[in-house]
Amino acid sequence: MAIASVEAFFIIKGGVSKVEQANAKKELFNAGKVDSFHKNKTYPFSTGHFFLRRFEDGGFLAMSVKCTHLGCVVNSNLETGGFNCPCHRSQFNRFGEVLAAPATRPLDIFPIVIKNGEILIDTNKAVKRTSFEKSQLTYA
Amino acid sequence: MTKEKTEKKTPSSIEKFILHLHPARIDKRALKFNRTFGLGGILALLFIILGVTGLILRFSYIPTIDHAYDSVVSLQRDTVFGQFIRNLHHISAMLMMVVAFLHLIRTYYSQAIFKKRAENWIYGLIMMFMIIASSFTGYLLPWDQLAYWAVTVITQIIEYIPFIGHSLANMVRGSDVVDGNTLLNFYTLHTGIIPMTFLFLMSMHFWLIRKAGGVALPKQDNTEKVNVIPNLIWLEIMVAALLIAGIFVASVFYHAPLQEQANPMNSPNPSKAPWYFLGAQELLLHLHPFFSAVILPLVVGVFFFYLPYFKYDNLNIGVWFNSPLGKKMTIHASIFAFVFTFILIYLLEHFLHFDIWFASVGSWFATGLVPFAIYVIPVSGYLFYWKKKHGAKTEELVMTITTILMSSYITMLLISLLLRGKGMLMII
Repeated sequence: MAIASVEAFFIIKGGVSKVEQANAKKELFNAGKVDSFHKNKTYPFSTGHFFLRRFEDGGFLAMSVKCTHLGCVVNSNLETGGFNCPCHRSQFNRFGEVLAAPATRPLDIFPIVIKNGEILIDTNKAVKRTSFEKSQLTYA
Repeated sequence: MTKEKTEKKTPSSIEKFILHLHPARIDKRALKFNRTFGLGGILALLFIILGVTGLILRFSYIPTIDHAYDSVVSLQRDTVFGQFIRNLHHISAMLMMVVAFLHLIRTYYSQAIFKKRAENWIYGLIMMFMIIASSFTGYLLPWDQLAYWAVTVITQIIEYIPFIGHSLANMVRGSDVVDGNTLLNFYTLHTGIIPMTFLFLMSMHFWLIRKAGGVALPKQDNTEKVNVIPNLIWLEIMVAALLIAGIFVASVFYHAPLQEQANPMNSPNPSKAPWYFLGAQELLLHLHPFFSAVILPLVVGVFFFYLPYFKYDNLNIGVWFNSPLGKKMTIHASIFAFVFTFILIYLLEHFLHFDIWFASVGSWFATGLVPFAIYVIPVSGYLFYWKKKHGAKTEELVMTITTILMSSYITMLLISLLLRGKGMLMII
């Protein structure tokens, strides 16, 4: 009986879950030339699901649009340069750090590679972090 | 005299079938409309309406992300009575949420869930959960913005469950994110597994009511019995006819909502859940997700399932609110919980920024334990007051806790529904 139920569980789980099939392509997202981005500005890339921000010192940070609370898409807040979530009111600053709960960790970031003056972003690999650090920035 | 009559007349096969569902004779007091308000029967009828309209909707619905939205639009535009059938299904589902909640309240406050009926309370709670699950899986199907974001949020909540959360959420979604696999999973659950399970639970529920001797009534020495046919059947037909007429008229004038097609790149602002989930959404705004999405639902769930099994000494089965003191406490507590929850949320919104003040200690403390304590300590004091000052017993205290929980949820629901605007900020 016990063995049968374990077996049944895995058969059902296999039937319901189709996660493995979903992971297919692994291409980097080309955001464009480095020079086309102004300093101290945030650029939304909705197709790539990230915000690309260039800071004062020229460093780039690609932050996921997914709120770390429950996965809604955050909006950029033009007044503060940060981000607001429309679902549960979480707020983030321009570094993606939490300004107001219920979110408990900063927005995830995507690794950036700069090749031949073009910015390539690995949107398949969201990196979790606990706070903003200078080492997260990528320079041309 | 009536007994002779029934023996002479041979019941028709329809009557025999009815007598399999109902006993032949019941206590006259069970017929009084405000004993049950017919709520259980209404639910059974709503289930049938949902089943029939759901089967019709299946003819035109296509469960793929490319076609789901368009198939609903074309159903409404091109099919004769398409919009009407969808409205019927939608309104019946909404009504089922409300009536199921009222039925739960009715059975609980008329003290009809104890002893022999305890098992049926469990079945009822599981069915309540099934109704919620059915609504939840149902509103993903049109694949509009409401559907997509509500399901994104709720499946992400599952991820906060320790250890198994992530794989469980992936199993429900059939994927890392909400996509075509999720739609197919939900379609199967909504149109197959949940209704089928519900049918079984419903049969058990009815059978257990008969085993317990029908509607719970206060003890009395001389009870007057009457025939079910025609006394009860006539009442049932009348309620059913009124209900069907009401839903049909409503379906002509009120259209089931359909937002823009799902767009994974943009959450609407504000993103609100369907109304019956808004209390939970409000809770999520104020508490650490582990508290609001895992611990509290678990504790409240266990409490509700355990309700018939607390150690009671003075049960008055079938007596509304158990005692005059119980009635007084229930009314008092529902008002207390409403006012208290409202004030607490107002203060949390505008003045009490624990997440900033205690940021260094950790979010589980700042937005978890602290607000939790602010709610629990005054409520405990309130219960203590009734116990010390008025000598309230276990029955009445447990009833008061139940009242406070339900009243708080309704308060949060109303706040989220009426007082939250853009960015989910409070508009007062």
